[in-house]
Amino acid sequence: MITEVLTVAAEAGEGEHNPIIPLWQEIVVGSIAFAILCFVLMKFVFPMMEKTFAARVDAIEGGIKRAEAAQAEANQLLEQYKAQLAEARTEAARIRDEARADAEGIRQDILAKAREESDRIIGAGQEQLNAQRESIVRDLRSEIGTLAVDLASKIVGEALADEARRQGTVERFIDELGAAGSAGGRR
Amino acid sequence: MAGQLSVLAAEVPFPPTVEDFYLPSIVPWGAHNDYWFTKITLLMWISVAAIIIFFLVSYRKPKLVPTKKQWIAESIYGFVRNNIAVDMLGKRGINFAPYLTTLFIFILIMNFWAIVPLAQISPNSHIAFPAILAAISYVMFIYIGMKHHGGLKYFKHALIPPAPWFILPLLIPIEFFSTFLVRPFSLAVRLFANMFAGHMLLLVFTLGGFALINANVWFAPFSVVSWAMSIALTFLEFLVICLQAYVFTVLSASYVQGALADEH
Repeated sequence: MITEVLTVAAEAGEGEHNPIIPLWQEIVVGSIAFAILCFVLMKFVFPMMEKTFAARVDAIEGGIKRAEAAQAEANQLLEQYKAQLAEARTEAARIRDEARADAEGIRQDILAKAREESDRIIGAGQEQLNAQRESIVRDLRSEIGTLAVDLASKIVGEALADEARRQGTVERFIDELGAAGSAGGRR
Repeated sequence: MAGQLSVLAAEVPFPPTVEDFYLPSIVPWGAHNDYWFTKITLLMWISVAAIIIFFLVSYRKPKLVPTKKQWIAESIYGFVRNNIAVDMLGKRGINFAPYLTTLFIFILIMNFWAIVPLAQISPNSHIAFPAILAAISYVMFIYIGMKHHGGLKYFKHALIPPAPWFILPLLIPIEFFSTFLVRPFSLAVRLFANMFAGHMLLLVFTLGGFALINANVWFAPFSVVSWAMSIALTFLEFLVICLQAYVFTVLSASYVQGALADEH
């Protein structure tokens, strides 16, 4: 009887579904399904995503930091190189100046030495020349004396001879004189 | 042609009724009062399975530089996380992002059946499913409010706005009504009604085409217009599907926001 009533009621209800009264079977099934979905996604998927996001942020920030460090290092090196280059430049300029000064000094030295040497050589030559002249003059003076004496004695010794003889004597004297001159030069 | 159509049309019931939403069950086959395994629950199980498989497969081996699948999965989560959870709840939103994303993707896929050929009915056009989700959101925001403000202080905080004392007798019932009575129903009914009406519209225009041609062969051009309308409405339906999933998620988030707020 009761089942009959229920069936009739069910059959009547079948024709009159009310769309805003939920079916309890669907609530049960839907709850189970949604619970499974929530469990899987919230336990296994989304936390992993958060981790990946965090790792990605880390990687990007780390990369930026590394790049900044590299940039700073590069800048520092550049400064260092610039400083070194400037230093090298001033050093080179200094060396060049020094070299120029040295060269000038050396040139002056050499010139002075050369002048001195030439003066010395000229002085020595003049001295020698004077000494030779002195000795020649002395020699000549004594020679002329003896020659005069010789000539005079010969003239006196043969004064009485004849004109021809006198002529011959003088010629002989001059010949002797020439021979004596050449012999005396050798002596 | 016209004869064939009228034969087809003869079998088409018109106008569509609420009963068109309650199809005979699959197991046991053809039973009218058995709701455990119907087209609706089958579509729901397929949705759940598809979502789980998609996310597990695409996020099995996450990489820093994502593959295309991983990127899609991350975009869905990132969209809800950044554009809904963090936008509305600030840093605390990150804690709610997993649930809100689950909610969003579940509603989206369930809604999507409304325009999938051969399925073409959304499980969300049965109020049971929106009701479950609305109940969860309801319990969640009350629980979070109580946890944040400390037990019953939350209700004091939620119900008593900073207003002159003589207005309070008016304000407290309004606050109570809007916050604790209407919210779960509006949430559930909004989603359910949208999907219900969408399905009904498609039924009206599709079956209407047949009904017209059945009434008079000379109405055939109007049938064509009617079917063209149903195609156009399918596109509109797509918009509604996405919008309703978004709205449900945003409202849930905003309820949590209200529960966490320290001032009115």
